[in-house]
Amino acid sequence: MTTSHDLDEITLSIWEQVQHSADLCVKCNICTSFCPVANVTDMFPGPKFVGPQAQRFRNPHEISVDDSLDYCSGCGVCSMVCPHGVKVMEMNAKARYKLYKTKKWIPLRNRILGRSELLGWLGSPFAPIANVTLKLKPLRILIEGIMGVHRDAPMPAFSWETFRGWYQTVHKKSPQRVISDKKVVFYHACSVNYYEAFIGKAAIAVLEHNGYEVIVPKDQVCCGLPMLSNAEFDAARQNARTNINSLVRYARAGHKIVGTSSSCTLSLKSDYRHILDMDDADARLVSQQTYDICEFLLELAQAGELKTDFQPINASIPYHSPCQLRAHNMGLPAIELMELIPGIQIKHIQADCCGIAGTYGYKKEKHDISMAVGKSLFEQVKATESDVAICDSETCRWQIEHATGTKMIHPVQLLAQAYGLT
Amino acid sequence: MQKKSTEVLVIGGGVTGCGVLFDLAQRGFKATLLERGALSMGTSGRFHGLLHSGGRYAVNDPDAAHECIVENQILRKVMPHCIEDTGGMFVSTPDDPPEFADEFYQACHKVSIPATEISIEEMLRREPLLNPKIRRVFTVPDASVETWDACRSLVVSAAEHGAETLEFHEVTELLKEGNKVVGAVAINKVTGETVTITADLIVSAVGAWGGRLAAMADCDVTVHAGKGTMIAMNYRMVNTVVNRCVHPSGSDGDIIVPIGTVAVIGTTSVRVDDPDNYPIEEWEVKLMMEEGEKMVPSFRKFRALRAWAGVRPLYQEKGAASDLRAVTRKYALLDHSPRDGVDNFVTITGGKWTTYRMMAEDTVDLVCKKLDTTRACRTAETTLHNPHGESKYHTLGSRLQKLETGEFDGQLICECEIVTRNQIEANLATNDRHIINDLRRDLRVGMGPCQGGFCTYRVAGLMHKNKQLTTQQTNKALVDFLQERWKGMNTVLWGQHLRQMQLDEGIYMGVLGLDKLPPGLSGIDEKRVAEVETEGYYEVS
Ligand SMILES: Cc1cc2nc3c(=O)[nH]c(=O)nc-3n(C[C@H](O)[C@H](O)[C@H](O)COP(=O)(O)OP(=O)(O)OC[C@H]3O[C@@H](n4cnc5c(N)ncnc54)[C@H](O)[C@@H]3O)c2cc1C
Ligand code: SF4
Ligand code: SF4
Repeated sequence: MTTSHDLDEITLSIWEQVQHSADLCVKCNICTSFCPVANVTDMFPGPKFVGPQAQRFRNPHEISVDDSLDYCSGCGVCSMVCPHGVKVMEMNAKARYKLYKTKKWIPLRNRILGRSELLGWLGSPFAPIANVTLKLKPLRILIEGIMGVHRDAPMPAFSWETFRGWYQTVHKKSPQRVISDKKVVFYHACSVNYYEAFIGKAAIAVLEHNGYEVIVPKDQVCCGLPMLSNAEFDAARQNARTNINSLVRYARAGHKIVGTSSSCTLSLKSDYRHILDMDDADARLVSQQTYDICEFLLELAQAGELKTDFQPINASIPYHSPCQLRAHNMGLPAIELMELIPGIQIKHIQADCCGIAGTYGYKKEKHDISMAVGKSLFEQVKATESDVAICDSETCRWQIEHATGTKMIHPVQLLAQAYGLT
Repeated sequence: MQKKSTEVLVIGGGVTGCGVLFDLAQRGFKATLLERGALSMGTSGRFHGLLHSGGRYAVNDPDAAHECIVENQILRKVMPHCIEDTGGMFVSTPDDPPEFADEFYQACHKVSIPATEISIEEMLRREPLLNPKIRRVFTVPDASVETWDACRSLVVSAAEHGAETLEFHEVTELLKEGNKVVGAVAINKVTGETVTITADLIVSAVGAWGGRLAAMADCDVTVHAGKGTMIAMNYRMVNTVVNRCVHPSGSDGDIIVPIGTVAVIGTTSVRVDDPDNYPIEEWEVKLMMEEGEKMVPSFRKFRALRAWAGVRPLYQEKGAASDLRAVTRKYALLDHSPRDGVDNFVTITGGKWTTYRMMAEDTVDLVCKKLDTTRACRTAETTLHNPHGESKYHTLGSRLQKLETGEFDGQLICECEIVTRNQIEANLATNDRHIINDLRRDLRVGMGPCQGGFCTYRVAGLMHKNKQLTTQQTNKALVDFLQERWKGMNTVLWGQHLRQMQLDEGIYMGVLGLDKLPPGLSGIDEKRVAEVETEGYYEVS
């Protein structure tokens, strides 16, 4: 009775679309008890409700009616904890797309937050001015009033020079650059390109130290996640297509693609296929070949191929594993990797989410929820009294740094330091 | 013993009886309806939910097809709140005779069914999960219809004209004086009391039970029961009614109807002896899963929620006396005076849900004739009262919207089907029964994927509190409802639904220890305990 006739690939992939996974929910409530947002606000009925339950009331031929869905931050905790394979977060993202389409209106604020690349591109050349002005309270109040970007939300500092600019004009010409048969592709994403070029540089240093030639494809663009989570699927699909076309050439050659931004690599691995329904052979190949940088390095370590010439770091450092990273379903490679450094003690903070969830915490009406979500995390970080803390995802780092005053770094920065590369 | 009198007594609270009651009341008759269970508990509550466009009958029975399309258009106007305007498709799959498609198309147009051919691409755009190998597709104005809302609206509207409805009253005897039927004796199944009702005229609208009732008046009527099994799939994999483009005779499991939150596939068709006892058989379930895959290739990957069956009333003409039939159509309206020499007694049986209004109109026309009066029927022009709000088509998203806008307020009790505490408490105040199944019919409590797993104990708690029930009464209400739910799941337990069942079992057996209740507290009598031991479940009356 349970066996199905063989289904062809197209039929199977349509059935596998995330909204249909609502059928699998047994109502156990595990997702709701884990949802960081539902735990702090009554405005949000929780993943079980807005996900598989509401899905049964959604007729694609009718308009969307459930605005409360918009309180889902997209952190993905629900999809990860569901023991029955219900793709709750992905389902919510699709329903939100429909909701915004029904309203025929996406706030300008969301459109702008969705364009981190454009923002970065506009900001970088004016970095010193932009960085100062964005710290001015009166200006932020004005921005909040006009655009609904909360006055206290963390604003990253623009870099003077873009990462790609540095790679093309400085690094590529540098005699120290490693050229090798062992090649790896670096997907830098917007945050490294425009705000945190130093993390990209640290990543290249660590990879090269391990004998890899690092390729940074020129035609890569923003992963599209900010647009996707602001329900601009068409724009997100364009970016996704550009990235897939760019990266698939390397994937076909058997090269792995690594990134330092856990949410952007998650887009390549999963969101393109499952939320944007771009589930073709190229997308699958790129998805298979994409690695979070720590995941990649840990695999090297496990194969005995990672250099272990670390200098000791005698410190106990708090580490927060962002939700987007856990959604990779790869365990917590950063911890295992950092623990290879002699003397180090990594203190894993027991908290699900910092609250920022990409662009969620930037929105005026959601900022307070976002801070409430992160409260326990912030308190734990403060309690360690450490000057630095570690986290893989950029917006989470900005949020935690903003809330606690603790300097935040990416795991690869710590590795670079231990290798003596900085 | 209670005594009552009325002008016209209607027996049977299916859609036909409710329709007759409303028509009578609207034409100014004093009318009373007796139903042995709750409204729509017979065939009308166990049907496929399809408001036929007539397409299904276009080729082999153009008259029936024409009746369907006419009534389809009328019902859309008079009871829009009971109808979801899903639209329908007739699809010709690789398993279907290709030449039938053209025949079908022409036949539809002959009886004014607006069938339109669309491309396969357009079909897949509207319904992506349909079989891409389907060769031709026609759209028709099929819809799905909610029977409980419809029957409830009919009796509420009838009550506005002074009609009375008595549920849980089973007729056990028809009273005769000479060759005249003058009334009926009924037992109130909740209190055990007997009620005698006298009337000038009695209408039997008991569907498949028509033969039994007629026998109480010494009339010889043969109504066979044709069992049809259906399976509700947990997820609406299509949002349009999908019919196979085939000859309806000899084809089973060839229609998928999206209704409420589920998609129902059906039906089989098997003659049974007893309209009260007809188990669902394994081959029926298997067949339907197989047929479903021809329309939706991934059909089996979706979760089957429950299976149930209903019985079609199939009237068989009395050989030589067949010319005595008042009306020669797909349904039978029998005036027993010329037919059997029994006065003041009329039987209406057979037909379809879709044509109930027309059947009621014909019946009440006959009543007028027999009572020697002329009163025009207005049911085709009168929009029925909607107890829940405005008169517009029901939409799938409406409950979600009501919750979102605060129109439904209070705690969510049945999460799957979106039923709140306030709704339940308001409903509990309307009757003195202690039956959770009433809430299921009126509000859809317990009909979702968990099949009562998470709401039954909550509802039982509310009953205990609001109705001041004893522990025994509460336990019995809870156990009865779970039995009824679990019985429907028994035949479709595999895959994800089996996991659901195990979780539900864990809640009720493991956590609440329901199976360990001392007999005195469970409210279940010993006969039933024995039934559970042999059958795994017991029949809930
Ligand atoms: C499987 C199946 C699928 C169907 N699908 C469709 C469809 O999709 N579309 C459509 O248009 N039609 C459909 N039909 C046909 C349709 O359901 C029936 O024709 C219609 O519901 C009959 O309604 P009714 O009121 O005449 O009978 P019923 O609904 O059976 O009503 C008779 C009532 O009489 C009561 N009763 C019996 N004996 C007594 C007594 N002694 N005292 C008091 N009350 C008594 C019963 O409890 C019952 O409630 C389907 C039928 C079946 C079996
Ligand atoms: S994605 Fe995160 S916020 Fe949204 S429902 Fe899931 S757990 Fe809650
Ligand atoms: S989505 Fe998953 S975790 Fe949440 S209630 Fe359903 S089965 Fe449980």
